[in-house]
Amino acid sequence: MSRQFTQRLVFALITLAAVATVTPIVLVVGYIAWLGLPAINGEFLSALPRDGMRAGGIWPAIVGTLYLTLGTAVVAVPLGIAAAVYLSEYAKDSRLTRAIRIAIINLAGIPSVVYGLFGLGLFVLFLRFGTSIVAGCLTLAIMTLPVIISTAEEALRAVPQSFRLVSVSLGGTKWQTIRRVVLPQALPGILTGVILGLERAAGETAPILFTAAAFFLPRLPNSVFDATMALPYHLFVISTQVPGMPIRIQYGTALVLLTFVLSMNLVATLIRSRARARRQW
Amino acid sequence: MKQKRNWVEILIESLIRAAGYSAILFVALILIFLLREGLPALAEVKPDSLLGARWYPIEAHFGLLPLIGGSLIVTLGAALIAVPFGLATAIFIAEIAPRWAREILKPLVEVLGGLPSVVLGFLGMLVLAPIVRLTLDIPTGLTAFTGSLLLAGMAIPTLVSVAEDALDAVPKSYRDAALALGATKWQTIWRVTLPAARSGVLTAVMLGIGRAIGETMTVMMVTGNAARIPTGLGSLFLPVRTMTATIAAEMGEVANGSTHYHVLFMIGIVLFLFSFVVNVAASLVVFQQRKRAERLLS
Repeated sequence: MSRQFTQRLVFALITLAAVATVTPIVLVVGYIAWLGLPAINGEFLSALPRDGMRAGGIWPAIVGTLYLTLGTAVVAVPLGIAAAVYLSEYAKDSRLTRAIRIAIINLAGIPSVVYGLFGLGLFVLFLRFGTSIVAGCLTLAIMTLPVIISTAEEALRAVPQSFRLVSVSLGGTKWQTIRRVVLPQALPGILTGVILGLERAAGETAPILFTAAAFFLPRLPNSVFDATMALPYHLFVISTQVPGMPIRIQYGTALVLLTFVLSMNLVATLIRSRARARRQW
Repeated sequence: MKQKRNWVEILIESLIRAAGYSAILFVALILIFLLREGLPALAEVKPDSLLGARWYPIEAHFGLLPLIGGSLIVTLGAALIAVPFGLATAIFIAEIAPRWAREILKPLVEVLGGLPSVVLGFLGMLVLAPIVRLTLDIPTGLTAFTGSLLLAGMAIPTLVSVAEDALDAVPKSYRDAALALGATKWQTIWRVTLPAARSGVLTAVMLGIGRAIGETMTVMMVTGNAARIPTGLGSLFLPVRTMTATIAAEMGEVANGSTHYHVLFMIGIVLFLFSFVVNVAASLVVFQQRKRAERLLS
């Protein structure tokens, strides 16, 4: 068997494996769109559920997911960016810094359902927030933090050192340099990381199971201390817990959730590719 | 005026510092609250019951082995699928694919990474499980194998992106040297690029496996949730119950502070330790690699 023949054979196998890996992705998205689209109409998107969720719309679940995602952003975005600034601009290579990095890696690896347990123990029971939007947002925020920190840090580090030197040599203080020079230059990269982190938070079910999610709530939440419906949990409920659920509504809910999450993905990709094309260094 | 600005800057800088330290605080808080709610289980349940082979909380059988075994076999199955396909995809994207194919494949893999686990579980239940049942001619499609297939899908994006980064980081001069010596492109990949990227590829595999073992919703929806200790690879085609699915399915129904509640937190501690070991080991590999790179450059 000649070397050229081996190469052709192996490359064919690798190509086949790569195609086999990505084809199901297209099929999954296409299949859900195909079966979910007939369910989508004005009522489905804007009405309350009726008949034990077997009819009507999914408005409270959509609003709930929006609230949870926004609440997560309010907590995780400033904290995550500040932590990234610390790691990229202030931290020295010390034992403490290494401990912070290991902590971040560890946070990124903790299973989402363990975050749910933690949120239940700390926010719901110990701090007495109850099953509530605020408990869910805090839990999701801590889960999202490592994604935001590591992508934001990467974006900050990519800003050339000379930019900082110029600013400092013009008399700028360290904070002025970070605020006026480094952060604006790193903004697209930071935004991409933030959106990808929030995308994950929006699609997660396990962390909100015991901290925020309501099985069925035929109204919108009144305060941040109310439980809420949410799209991922709603999809879980109507596909496993409610007998006689029309299949159309299940696929419709899956499609709305998928659209929500994938459009965040798309925005992140667009920001990244535009920033790459415009980058001046 | 200048004095005031300095004061503000000191405040801002200490806030930034605090944010940096917060990661350690959160890991500590997570551990403290898992221990606080989970450790009482050790006092309430006899150790030989916790190490028993039966998980049947209603009759106070709290054997964790079937759940740990369930998580391990589903993860093992996922690794057996995800590693070859994920590595092949990474090699294809990094080394073989023409530019246009790369531009299509990379975003697609990212889309896979963004699919919510509950959506995959939903499709797994309605579409994949019946296919598995019919193809393999077994009584139910809700098996460990079905879970493994979907978990492989969830592990692949992590695996591909980390492995691809590792392959990209191999200096072009290595490849040029191999090609100049008359090696074919494949010989270069197999004998030079992959060994040079070894530690990064290992990290990719471990992070992918870490992702799989912690996955919850997908597994709960498609693996049938029968608690029994797997006895071999044949158990892949039987229903299993994982640690994550047990917590998710049962926490909603237990009374706070009951023995069952404490045991569920105990499972959380076990999961925390698993992910801690896998992730710290993976990061140590990365640290080592960086040190070697520094040695080579100096």
